[in-house]
Parts: sequence; structure tokens; C-alpha cells
Amino acid sequence: MTARIPVVKTPKVYVGGAFIRSESGRTFPVYDSGGQFVANVPQCTRKDLRNAVEAAAKAGPAWSGRTPYNRGQIVYRLAEMLEARADEMTSVLRQFSPAWTSAAEREVSETVDRLVHYAGWADKYEQILGSANPVAAPFFNFTLTEPVGVIGIIASDASPLLGLMTQAAAAIVSGNTIVALASEATPYPAISLGEMLATSDLPDGVVNIITGYRRELIPTFATHTHIRGIDAVATGDDATSLRRGAADSVKRVKVRQPDIDWSAESNESVYEIRNFVEFKTVWHPIGA
Amino acid sequence: MSKHSIVRDFGTVDRVGIEERVAKFTTRSIKKKSKMWGLHTAVSMVDLTTLEGKDTPGKVASLCQKARQPSEDNSIPPVAAVCIYPSLIKEARKHLADSPIKIASVATAFPSGQSSLKVRLQEVKYAVNAGADEIDMVINRGLFLSGEYDAMQDEIAAVVEACGDAALKVILEVAELETYDNIRAASFIAMQVLRPGDFIKTSTGKVGTSATLANTQVMLEAIRDFYLDTGVAIGMKPAGGIKTAKQALHYLVAVKETLGDAWLNSSRYRFGASSLLNDLLRQIHKQKCGAYQAPYYFSDAAESY
Amino acid sequence: MAITLDPSEKDSGSKELKKKNGHKQGVPELIFGDLWEYDPAPETADPRIRQRYDLFIGGRFIAPQSGDYFESINPATEQVVTQIAVASAADVDSAYVAAQMAYETVWRTMPGRERGKYIYRIARLLQDRAREFAVAESIDGGKPIKESRDFDVPMAAAHFFYHAGWADKLAYVAPGRTVNPIGVVGQVIPWNFPLLMLAWKIAPAIATGNCVVIKPAETTSATAMKFAELLQEAELPDGVVNIVTGASETGAALTGHPAARKIAFTGSTEVGKKIMRQLAERGTRMTMELGGKAANIVFEDSPIDQAVEGVVHGIFFNQGHVCCAGSRLLVQESIADAFVHKLRLRMESLRVGDPLDKNTDIGAINSREQLDRICELVESGVAEGARLYQPSCSLPSRGFFFRPTLFTEVTQSHRIAREEIFGPVLSILTFRTMDEAIEKANNTMYGLSAGVWTDKGSRILRMAAELKAGVVWANTFNKFDPASPFGGYKESGFGREGGRQGLLDYLELS
Repeated sequence: MTARIPVVKTPKVYVGGAFIRSESGRTFPVYDSGGQFVANVPQCTRKDLRNAVEAAAKAGPAWSGRTPYNRGQIVYRLAEMLEARADEMTSVLRQFSPAWTSAAEREVSETVDRLVHYAGWADKYEQILGSANPVAAPFFNFTLTEPVGVIGIIASDASPLLGLMTQAAAAIVSGNTIVALASEATPYPAISLGEMLATSDLPDGVVNIITGYRRELIPTFATHTHIRGIDAVATGDDATSLRRGAADSVKRVKVRQPDIDWSAESNESVYEIRNFVEFKTVWHPIGA
Repeated sequence: MSKHSIVRDFGTVDRVGIEERVAKFTTRSIKKKSKMWGLHTAVSMVDLTTLEGKDTPGKVASLCQKARQPSEDNSIPPVAAVCIYPSLIKEARKHLADSPIKIASVATAFPSGQSSLKVRLQEVKYAVNAGADEIDMVINRGLFLSGEYDAMQDEIAAVVEACGDAALKVILEVAELETYDNIRAASFIAMQVLRPGDFIKTSTGKVGTSATLANTQVMLEAIRDFYLDTGVAIGMKPAGGIKTAKQALHYLVAVKETLGDAWLNSSRYRFGASSLLNDLLRQIHKQKCGAYQAPYYFSDAAESY
Repeated sequence: MAITLDPSEKDSGSKELKKKNGHKQGVPELIFGDLWEYDPAPETADPRIRQRYDLFIGGRFIAPQSGDYFESINPATEQVVTQIAVASAADVDSAYVAAQMAYETVWRTMPGRERGKYIYRIARLLQDRAREFAVAESIDGGKPIKESRDFDVPMAAAHFFYHAGWADKLAYVAPGRTVNPIGVVGQVIPWNFPLLMLAWKIAPAIATGNCVVIKPAETTSATAMKFAELLQEAELPDGVVNIVTGASETGAALTGHPAARKIAFTGSTEVGKKIMRQLAERGTRMTMELGGKAANIVFEDSPIDQAVEGVVHGIFFNQGHVCCAGSRLLVQESIADAFVHKLRLRMESLRVGDPLDKNTDIGAINSREQLDRICELVESGVAEGARLYQPSCSLPSRGFFFRPTLFTEVTQSHRIAREEIFGPVLSILTFRTMDEAIEKANNTMYGLSAGVWTDKGSRILRMAAELKAGVVWANTFNKFDPASPFGGYKESGFGREGGRQGLLDYLELS
């Protein structure tokens, strides 16, 4: 008797609620922490990014139009799904990072907790960030927030799950939709994450995750004018390239250092949500 | 004009917006020649008014004399009209028969209008027969506020008929209509049955707030819209509360910038006022001689200090 | 201007009305003639403008190292108002050194309540000398005295007064976090509201404990330099506010200076993008308040006369030199003809002329360069087939003036519907349904402001939610207040000025 040959999963990226390969047909190999080949992940191109932006833009109006309560429940559901698949995700993380099991477990549980944290903000941040403004004239004047639109995320290599989901949660809880470039060094957890997102209640296109090479994709993230904000873990030329490209369409850019401690409590903050909201001020006469 | 459609038929007015608009009129700076022109024109537009229970033939005689010759300065024109109660028309006639000054009489159970239509029409006819050139009527605010717009309009039409050749001024009593939307709608409802040369008027002067720049502006805009739509030119008479020359100039600025030159005369614009006249005279005199004037330099001054 | 009004054009609005009421004979017309002309009413207060202004660095007026000055002219007369110093990169550097010194030795450590008192002083001194500043603003920039007197200067003072009160309450700006000043902030402001923009920039910056190097616009530096004198009177510690003057080279030196911990810019989108590129490598914090092409949307149920007034104020306020100007009128088709007719009637009583005349509604265009740009865009509108209307008002024989202008038959693809004109030029488009209005309003790279006119409350809130703009004026337009955050979506910039929200853009969280 020969031993059973295992069936290996073909990694696909999660875009517009579907699992796809790169339109180019290109892939790049990923290896586990021991140097063993694991799989070929899609080497997404500028066009794949463009398609992902389309998907995100399409999802935007309905997502931002949901009630904050509903968005909060959906983000909370993400936490539930991740918690339910914590073992799988832990083993994926362990496979690709030199960390011990406990570190991988911690990253998963911290990610779940982070999602719970942001889920709770969905129907609260407005009362912290918005205001009624006492103007010196007979007008009712208030300021509230709105999502910026499509946000591009360049994820961290250091915490490929926790970092990405911190950036993602803070962005989507206010109604933004995102296109995230997974860690180039450790893309595989994001592939698994996509599968979990697909089984959650998250509407198609709200979170889109692609894999590929930063140097190929960063310039497109920067200059695609429909991407209205960038949240990037980047330094040096990458950061400069993002900011320079962003200038063409006056994009909001948040650059984070690679050595960021994603476990730190400071990552749980209404001011992370504030990074990607617009303030809208409305005036109306108080008359009759 | 169904009960619920006055806003749809005649449009709305935003309170804050119109008050901002009229505030701009008050920033116009009227100096020198233009000030003199404005002051003289304002004098010629005054409906010099006395509407008191204690009015007597003597009071009316004095009023008529003031109307004919507001001051010793002969360059100053007579006022447009005297405005009095019906019982005093005959007295006024005696003093004004040979003058261009009109005799305006309030009628229709002024100021409340709370009498039967029959009695109100009889009062109008009485005033016209007594020699009134102009009738200042009050609308039936009760009918308006209870949504009986057709009935309210029919009453005005009946008064128009009773006026014969006399011109009619329809007092909306804006303070009791409360909102600018109502003032606009009531203006239209009235104008639809008026004749060219008739007026709409803000107030009786007997309740709360009388004319303001804002409620007058609402009516000027209604007059403008009605004119552009029908070609019928209705006049405007703000009444009550206009006491100073400076105010009067602001009111005229509003006329100039809303209805244009054709309304800057007494056949289409009047001030219902009493103390205004002396302030206009003071300011004219000050413009001429350069010195500020004490009130008692002018006849019939109310201030005795 | 080569463009003249086709006389057959002028009455088309009334004709439209006539058609609907077919029974009439003749077209009723209003006469806005010369029966009662307003005599000139010039404001005569002394603006106390010096013949020459040096740079204001470290609390003192200092001659520019190059010794160069340029002439600032009165756009209404084309006469020289004053000489303004040209700050070189070295001068800008001294300004930053002074600011850094003030930050480290005085301002950062001063208790908020004491900082606040200085800012209150500034507000009061500005109120004391309000008329003088208003006259100076009108002479140097061309805006009507009515606006500089009743809007720019009092609003500038209000910004200082408002922000003074924040200085000792910063702990309430960001609940859950501690805030700290950023350091030295570089600021560049435009020529349309010279003193007011200076107040918008300086007041929040210094209230939050930062020090400032600011550059007013080249054509409008006079009131900034007068403000420097006022800072001396207020005894604001030396170097907290430094004012450098000059053109774009000075601006580039200012925005590119390595000591700037943040750049706050108000101006054109084009220059904003340049600054963003310039700072891409350094990653300096920024706030950008850039251009706009606001839609002013009028529904058939709106309070029409107030909407007309709002549209007029929206586009002709400050000669249309307003980033949030309502330069696109979207009017519902059912009332379009009647509305445009009313707009034209209203324009008959607009007075264009001497900015110092208290009765002037529309003053001088700020510069010849800007006048040329307006003319070029207006010509493009005519060439692209839109119909032009201008009232017959007289214009002064010299100086830079432009008649208030309407374009009808404008489509979304016309340049005059897409590009910021920054002048008294309104492009009129129509819509049939609310969705169409929203689509058209949002069909722009800009997102600074929008206006909605309707009597229906729920529609206002729906429109306010759908319009991609940082400020939505409902049944009003061009309203500002220091307590009310202002700033744009999309390519109109990022960051807010005013209110609690505006303060956080001058603070660091920890």
C-alpha cells in the first residue's frame, strides 16, 4: 500500500468576494520557515490591483450605507470566524514565522481581540469625533464623519495577520473599503484570512487582499486616483514613492514604521479610525 | 387655493435668509445728493396718520396743515396723504380740498376687522361717500389662519367693489400672520383681486410688531413676482414702526433694489407714519445747514423736552 | 473684455414667463435705472500702511538679506501701495531659527492659560484697529470695504478669540490621549482673504503651543505686516510668529525647510500638489486646503428669493475669489428659466467698483494675472457654446475689474463647469431628479463645499449625506465660524480648520 498523497491547496487571492489568480498568470513561490516550498501564490499585477480597486469602489456605497450597528456586528462576526479557526491560523503563522507556537497563538488571539475592539467602535466613534458647533449666528451647525472611500493598505511583514487586520478594521469600521497588499515576505496567512473573510458576513468587495511584490505595486497604489487613502508600513524609497504618487490626487497617506509594536494598546484607538474619515460640516438656518 | 397648497402656490420664505438680505440694505451708505433725494422722496410718500380714539376735528385740522406744508422750507413737498378714521374725513376734506393730498381712511372695522362683512362694506361705502380717496382695509386674519383662503379673497374683492374709484390698501396685519410664508401667501391672495394702483400694506400699527424691513421685503418680492407674472403693478405701504429718516432710507433702498425705479414714487410706495415726517425734516435741514437740529424746531413735534 | 452681451439675450427669462401666462400683452419689466443713484461713500479711515515693510523675524522687523523689495499694488487703481521685502532662503532659515528658539525656550513650556492670554490680547487689539485693517485689506487686495469691514476683519478677530480659549483646554481635544504641540509649523496662505487666512492659520497653531513661520501671498502682504506690528503691541514673545514675504521661491524655501514639523497650506490644488511632492521624501505632516468647484443645488420647492440671494452671495462674494464659491449652479429644470430670470434681476443691483466705496458689492479682481485667467476661461465658455450673460453695470476705467457673469446652457464637459475660475463667473446647469443632482454635484475632483436649497427637511439631510464635500450649506451659503470645521474632500485637500477637529491637526498624540 502506498501512503495517501495529500491534496495541496492552490492559494488564491480574495478580491470582490471571489478567489482569483493573477490576471497575468504569474505566481511566486513561498517557503516555510524551514525553507521548504509550500505553494505558489499569485504575483498580482497593476491590473489586478486595478480590478481590486473597482471591486472595493463598487462595494463602498452599500457598505458605508449600512447602519453603524450592522457594521459593528459584521466586524464582530469576523472576530468570531477567526476565533473559530484559530488553530488553523495559528498553524499557518507558525509554518511561516520562526516564532514558537505561543507567539503565533498570541498573534491570532490578539487579532481576534483587536477586531472585537474595533467592532465596538462602529456606533461610537461618531460621538467622539463629530460635534455640534456653537456658531455665532442663527444656524444649526454640526460636523460628522464620513468614510474617505477606497483605502490602500500596505501590510506589515512583522505581524502579517495582526498588522493587516489592525489597519483593515480601523478602516472598514467607518465604512471605507480596502485593497490590501499582504506581506510580501509572509503572504500565506493573508490567503487563509481571505478564506475566513469569505465565510463571514462581510459583503463582497469590502476587504480585498492581493499578494505580490511591493516594488511592483506600490507605485500603482500611490497613483491610482480612485484610492483615496493609503495606510502603509513602509520606509525609505517606498514611503517616498507613496507620498509622491499620492500628491497627484491629494491622497491621505499614513506611513508606519516597520518596527511598530502591533500588540501595543495604542493601536486600539478612535484616532486610528480618524485617519481615514472625512469631516463634513453642515449648516442650516434656524428660522421658519 | 386649497387649504394645503398656499406654500406650493406661492412659495416659501426662509426667515434667516430674508433677514440677512435686508441687513444688507442697511449697509448702503446714502450720502449727499442721494440722501437729499431720498429724504425728499420719503416726505412725498408719507401717509401722515392719526388713528386714535381721542382724535378730534382740531387734531385733524392740524394734521392736514402739516401735510400740506411740512415745514417753512418751500422746497419740501407735501406728503402723499393723511390717514384718518372715517368720521373725520369730512373735516379733512375741508382742509385739503384744494390740495393734491389724498385722504385715506381706514375702514372695515379697523383694526381687528371683527365685524360682519355687511357692516364692513357699509363702512367702506360710508368713507368713500364722505370723500375718501383711498381706503385702508384689514384682511380677515381669522379666515386666513383657518385656511379659508377663498373666502378671505372674496371679502377683499367685495371691498374692491365697494371702493368704486377709491384706491384700496389691503392691510395684512403681518404680526398676526406670524410667518413670512403666510405674509407672502396673503400678499398674493390679496393682489389677485386688486387693481393696478391699489396697495398692500403691512400693519395697522395697533398690534405687536408693525413694519420691518424683512416683512416689507417679503411683500416687495411678492409684488415683483406678481407684476412679472401678470403685468399688474401693485403698490406697497409699510406702516408702523418707521420713525427715523435713516430707517426710511433703508426702506427706499429695498424698493430701489427689488422693484426698481418705477416704484420710487408715491403712487406705488407709501410710508404709514406720524413721527417719521419730522425726523425727515430734521435730517433735510441738517443736510442743508450742517448743524444737528433740536426736535422742537419742527411743528407738531412729539418730543417736548 | 471682448465679450459683449447680445441684447436679444437679456429678456429671455421674462419671455419664458410670458409664454406660461399667454394672456398677457407686453413684457412686464423692472427698471433698475439711475433715478436714485447712490453718491460715492468712500471709507476714509487711515489704513496706516507704511511705505516699506521688512520681514518680521524674532519679533523684529528685519531687512531682507538680499536687500530686495517688490511693489504691492492696489488692484483697483494699479498704484503702488507699499514695498514688500523679498525673503530669500537664508531669511526663511533665520525665521525658522527664531521660531525654533521661541518654541524651545518660551512657548512650548508656557502654561496654556498664559498662552491664551496673549492670543486674547491679539484678538482685542485687532478689534480695536478693525477699521484700519479693513481699509488696508481693501486697498491692498481689492475687496469691497463692506466685506473687509463686516466679514474679514471681525472674523479674523473671532478666530483669535475662539482659539485663545482653547489654549488651556487642550486636554479635552482628544479624549483618551495626551496631546503635545508639534513644534515649528510652516504656513503659506492665499491672497483671497489675506488677514482672515492668516488668522485661520496662526490662531490654532499658537493656541496649541506651536510656533509659526508664515508667508502671506505675494499680492496681499500688507495686512500681514500690519498684523506683525500688532503682535509687537501684544508683546507676543519674540519668534512665536515670524512673517516672511515674497513670491513662490520664498514659499518653496518655507515649505521645504527641514525645521518645519508641519506644513499648513491654503491655496490652489496645483501648488498643493507641488508641496506634497516636495515633502514626499521628508514625510512632513501637512494640511491642505485647496481648490473647489462647488455645486449650489436649487430644488423647485426651495425658498426661491433666498436661494437667489444665496447663489449671488455664493459666487459674487469677494469677486468669486473664494475656494468654496458656489461656482456651479444646479437648478431643477422645472424652475430653471424663472430662477435664472430672477438671478439676472438680482444682478442688476450689484454694484461693481471702487473697493473703498461702502456701497460697492463687487470690488477689484486681485491681480492682472487673475483677471487674465478669468477672461481666458470666460472666453473658453463662449467658444464651447455656453451662453453668456452680464448685467450692464459700469466698470471703472482703470484697475482690474470684471462684470458678474452667468453662463447658461453649460454642460458637464465644459471647462467652465470643471475648472476653478476663482472669479465672479457662475456656470448654470440643470437637473431633473435628486439623483441626477447628486451625480452632477459629485462629478468633480474637488470636494470642498456644496449648497442645497429645498424646503424639505429630509431631503436636506439626504443630500448632505450624499454630497462629497467637507462643508454643506443647506438653505444658506458661504457661512463661516471659528467653531465650525472647514476643509475638503478629495482634491480639495485634507485636514480641517476650525472647531475641535481643526486643533488636532496641530497636535501630536501620545
